[in-house]
Amino acid sequence: MIKIQIDGTFYEVKGDRNLLETCLALGFDIPYFCNHPSLGSVGACRLCAVKKFADADDKKGRVVMSCMEAVTEGMRISVNDPAVKTFRAAVIEGLMTNHPHDCPICDEGGECHLQDMTVMTGHNYRKFVFKKRTYNNQNLGPFVQHEMNRCIQCYRCVRFYRDYAGGKDLNVFGSANHVYFGRHKDGILESEFSGNLVEVCPTGVFTDKPLKKHYARKWDMTNAPSVCMHCGLGCNIIVSERYGSVRRVMSRYNGSVNGYFICDRGRFGYEFINNPDRIKKIQFRPSKNNNLQEAREVSETGLSEIFKSGKVVGIGSPRASLESNFALSALVGKNNFFHGISGKEQKLIQKAVSILESGIAHSPSLKEIEKCDAVLILGEDVTNTAPMMALSLRQASRNKTLGIAAKLGIPKWNDNAVREMDQDTKSPFFIASSFSTKLDELADEIYNAAPGDIARFGYSIASAINSGAPVLIHPDEKLQNRVRKIADALSAAENPLIVTCITSGNEDILNASANIAIALSTAGKKPSIAIAFPECNSVGLSMLDGGSLDEAADTISKNGADTLIILENDLYGRLSLKNADSIFEKCRQIIVLDHLMNETAKRADILLPASTFADSVGTIVNNEGRAQRFYNVIQVAEPVKESWRWISDMVKISEKNNDYTWDKFDNVVASLVSSYPVFSGIKEKMVSADFRFFNEKIARQNKRFSGRTAMNANISVSEPKPPQDNDSPLNFSMEGYKGDPPSSLIPYYWSPGWNSSQSMTKYMDEPEGHLKEGGDPGIIIFSNKNKSSVDYFKNFPDPFKAKPGELLIVPVYMIFGSEELSSKGETIAERISEPFILFNEKEITKLQLIENEKSKFIINQVVITAIVKHDNKIPDGVAGLSVLTAGMQYTDLPDLGKVLST
Amino acid sequence: MLSILRSIWYTFLHAFHKRETQGYPEKLPYLPPRYRGRIILSRDSDGNERCVACNLCAAVCPVDCIALQAANDENGRRYPEFFRINFSRCIYCGFCEEACPTYAIQLIPDFEMGEYDRQNMVYEKEHLLISGEGKYHGYNFYNVAGVDMGVKGTGKGENEEAPVDLKNLIH
Ligand code: SF4
Ligand code: SF4
Ligand code: SF4
Ligand code: SF4
Ligand code: FES
Repeated sequence: MIKIQIDGTFYEVKGDRNLLETCLALGFDIPYFCNHPSLGSVGACRLCAVKKFADADDKKGRVVMSCMEAVTEGMRISVNDPAVKTFRAAVIEGLMTNHPHDCPICDEGGECHLQDMTVMTGHNYRKFVFKKRTYNNQNLGPFVQHEMNRCIQCYRCVRFYRDYAGGKDLNVFGSANHVYFGRHKDGILESEFSGNLVEVCPTGVFTDKPLKKHYARKWDMTNAPSVCMHCGLGCNIIVSERYGSVRRVMSRYNGSVNGYFICDRGRFGYEFINNPDRIKKIQFRPSKNNNLQEAREVSETGLSEIFKSGKVVGIGSPRASLESNFALSALVGKNNFFHGISGKEQKLIQKAVSILESGIAHSPSLKEIEKCDAVLILGEDVTNTAPMMALSLRQASRNKTLGIAAKLGIPKWNDNAVREMDQDTKSPFFIASSFSTKLDELADEIYNAAPGDIARFGYSIASAINSGAPVLIHPDEKLQNRVRKIADALSAAENPLIVTCITSGNEDILNASANIAIALSTAGKKPSIAIAFPECNSVGLSMLDGGSLDEAADTISKNGADTLIILENDLYGRLSLKNADSIFEKCRQIIVLDHLMNETAKRADILLPASTFADSVGTIVNNEGRAQRFYNVIQVAEPVKESWRWISDMVKISEKNNDYTWDKFDNVVASLVSSYPVFSGIKEKMVSADFRFFNEKIARQNKRFSGRTAMNANISVSEPKPPQDNDSPLNFSMEGYKGDPPSSLIPYYWSPGWNSSQSMTKYMDEPEGHLKEGGDPGIIIFSNKNKSSVDYFKNFPDPFKAKPGELLIVPVYMIFGSEELSSKGETIAERISEPFILFNEKEITKLQLIENEKSKFIINQVVITAIVKHDNKIPDGVAGLSVLTAGMQYTDLPDLGKVLST
Repeated sequence: MLSILRSIWYTFLHAFHKRETQGYPEKLPYLPPRYRGRIILSRDSDGNERCVACNLCAAVCPVDCIALQAANDENGRRYPEFFRINFSRCIYCGFCEEACPTYAIQLIPDFEMGEYDRQNMVYEKEHLLISGEGKYHGYNFYNVAGVDMGVKGTGKGENEEAPVDLKNLIH
C-alpha cells in the first residue's frame, strides 16, 4: 500500500493504476475523456488535470495530467485547486468551440459523458464567435450511426477498435484541427465488437443505429439486469424497454466475465423479441389435417385427457432456462425427458463438462483468459462461436509485451508507451484449425488440417510435453519440430491455456486437449481449458438427467408417444429432415412452447406462446460453469407465459404430482435444487424474490422516468397500478432503493453527475475491478474433483486421407447467422451471408468449380446450394460449409460429401 | 339598531359601484399573450413540425403528463411519432415550454378545456399541432443545429464552415 495526500487528506492506495483512476476509485470526481480502464491512457484530451506538488514545502505545484501520472509514495496533489479547475473548464471550452450543440437530436443526450464533463467543469457559455468546423459522415453499416461533428478527439474509438479489439477498418485521418475518425470510405464496420464504440465513445459520434429506429432516452427506459442468450459465454447485459417493447441492450459490467464490453451478436441480437413472427397467441389445430388456428383457450378438458392417459415425452432445450427445462422433466419424468440436442452433441458436451469438472485443468473466466501467457487453440474459430472469448484471447496475446514493459518500469495503463516500446512481440499463441480464422494474425504457429489431424496434433503436443502421455510422433520432421516448439512454449508458461472445441464435432480434439492438460499438470503447471459451448445453457442442460434427441426419436419410434412436448426448440435445426419428420409422425399430439414461428412450431397441434429472456426470470450456466440469473424487463402479458408456468399449468391439469405446481419462480428453483443438489448454490447464494435491500425492492426505472401519467392515457385516462413482480426483487416503477443495489441486481448505471455509462466506475471497488455490494455476479457450480482420477486418453484417430471424389465437409460457424434467435432480428439479418462453401484454390480448379458462383453439393443425402469461395488454408480434400440457421437445410457436420454434378 | 341601518345603507350604495361580474362566456376576458393555458405544438417558418422529439419537455414535466415517441423521416429528420398530453394531469406550470429547445411546445392563453368525460382531456398530436409558429417567429432549430437531417446539408448551417476535405493536408 502506498500513502498519498489529496487536498490535505491522506489515503492508502494500491498504486498499480494511474493517478486518475486511483482518485476515481477514492470517489473523487475528476473529469476525463480519453482514459478508459481497459484501454489505458494516452493523455489525449488534457481534461484530467490535477495539481502535483514536488514536496511538502512546494506551495506552487504544477498542473499535470492525472491519467499519465503514476502513483508514488508520499505524493501530494490537489484536485480542487482553483488553477486546475480553471484549466479543466478551459479545456472543455476549447473542445466545445466546434461542437454542434445538437443535444436535442443527439442519441447520446442524457447519457453523454461530454454533457456530464461540461457540467462538471462548469463551462457554460460559448465565447468563440467564429464558424464551426464540420465533417461529412459515413454510412458504417447497420449497427453504428456516425455523426463526426460531435467528436472531441479523445482517440478512444480507434484505441478500442484497433488496439484492443484488433479491428482494421476504422482509423484516424487528417491532421491538426481536422482529424477524422472513420473508415477509409463508407462501408460496414468489420469488427465483431463494433457496437462497443457506442459505449466507448464519450460523445454522440458513434450511436446505436437500431436504437435510433425506436429511440428512447436513457432516463425513460425500464431496465433489467440480464444475461446474453446468444452463445455459451453468458456475458452480462442490461436490457431496456419503453412502451412495452425492448429498445436496446448494453453491456453490464462483470469483472469476472465480460468486463466493459459485449459483442455485436449480443448487443443487437435482442431484436428477435420484436420480430413480427413472435408467437403471441395460443394456437390450436383441431385435427391433424387442419392448419393451425387461433383458439381463445386451449380446452382444459382436452388437455387433461392427454395428460391423464398415455405417455408424455418432453424435449428440452439448451436455449431455455434451467428452471423451464427442469419443469418439463418434472412433468414428464426423468425417463421421458430428452435434452433436445443430438446424441453426438450431447456426448461432446458431457465429455467437455466432465473434463472441466475433473480438475485436470482450470475452467477460466473471460478475465482469467486475459491473464494467460500461452495459448493453444485446437479447432475452434472462437471469433465466430464465442466472440468475447476472442477479445479476451487478444488481450492474452499481449501479456509478453506487458511483462517486458513491466521490467522496464512502464505500467500497463501507459498504453502508448507500452505499444511503442515493443511493437511485434506477442505471447506464445498457436492455432490448429481446418480453415483460416481471424485470430490467425496473432499466432506464431498455425496448423491447418482436418479435425482428426488436429486431434493427432494435440496428442503429439501432449506426448512432447510429458513422456508419460501416450506417444504420438509425427513422421514429418518439420511438423514434429512445430509440435516441440508448441510443447516447449506451453511448458514454459505460467498460465498456459488450451482452447478446445465442441462445434467442430470431433471428440478426439477434446480428448487430445485433456491429454495436454494432464501432461502440463503432471509437469507441475496449472493449465486452463476454455471451451466455447454451443448455446447459452448447454452446460446447465447437460447437468440435468435426460437422453438425447436421437434417443427420443428411438423411444418414440419404438413405443410411440401420445403427447410430445417441445420446449423452446426447433428440431429441424438439429435433426435431418427425415429424422425430425419421423418424430412428429409417431406422436398423436404435439405441444410446442416457443417464442418464434419455426418449422417445429408449424408442426404443433397446440402452440403455446412462451416468454423470452426479456419477459421471464431464469438461470443459465455458462462455459465457465457460472450460473447466472437473468431478470425480466417486461411484465409477461397473457396469453404469453413463462415456459415453466405453462408446464406448471399442465401439471395441474394432469393432476399428477402437486409438488410440481409452482406459482412463483422461487418455487421452481426450490424444486430444482431438491432434485439436483448440484444447483444448491443458485438457491442459497442468488437472491430470491423476497429479497429486500434496506427493506426495499430495486427500481427498474430511473428517477427521471417520464410520461408516467400519459403513456397509457390513450387507453384509459386513469393510470394503472404498476405491474407487480412476484418473481424478482425488482420493481416495475421508479420506487425502490435509492443507492447502489447489490451487484447482481443493477438495472442501470447512474450516479449523481454521471449520467453516462462511465458511471459504472462508481459501482466498482476500482476501475476495471470487481463490483461492490456482493462481488461479480454468478455462482460457479462446477465441482472440482480429484484430478488424480483422470487418465490419459489413448485412442488416436487415423490420419486424414482425402479420397478422390469425396470431400470432408467441416462446419464454418458465423457470428451472424449460426445462432437461431439472433438471426431472427432484423438488423442482424442484414449481416447474414448467403450459404457459402470454402475450398483452397487448387481444389476449386480440380473440382472444376467457379469461385463466387453457386454450386450444388450433396452431404448425407441432403442437397446444399452454396456459393463457392476460396480459403487457401483449407487442406486438400476438405471443404468448409457455412452453418446458417435459416435458408439452409440442416446437415450434421463434419460429414463426407461431394459435388453434385449437374 | 344604528349599525343595522348603517349596513343597509352600505349595501344600498353597492348598487352604484363598478360591476365586478364578468359577462363570461358572452364576453371573453382579456388574457395576456404569456398566459399559461392550453398547450400547443407549433411549426417552423417552413411549415414543418418544430418538435424534434427530444423528450426534454416530458422529462421536466413535474406531473409526467407528456409522453411521446421519436421517429425519423426518410431524410433522418426527427419528429414525434405520437405526442400525447394528459391535460387532466397538467398543472400548466410552463416548464415544458421553458425546456423546449425548438419553441415547439407553447402554452397559449386558452383555458376553456372543461370536459364531462375526463378521457377527453387526453390530447394527441393531431389535437396539439397548430399550423403556425405560435408566439415565437422565425426560429428553425435545424438551421442552427450541426446535423444534416435533410433540412440543410453538412456545413450549410448558419455558423458552419464547409466540411473538411480529408485528402487535403493544408489548412
Ligand atoms: S455528443 Fe453529447 S454534448 Fe454533444 S450533442 Fe450529443 S449529447 Fe450533446
Ligand atoms: S469519435 Fe468519439 S471516441 Fe473517437 S475520438 Fe471522437 S469523441 Fe473520441
Ligand atoms: S460473446 Fe456470446 S454471450 Fe457474449 S455478448 Fe457475444 S453472443 Fe453474447
Ligand atoms: S421539448 Fe420541444 S422539441 Fe423536445 S420533445 Fe418537447 S416539444 Fe418536442
Ligand atoms: S483523461 Fe487524462 S488526458 Fe484525457
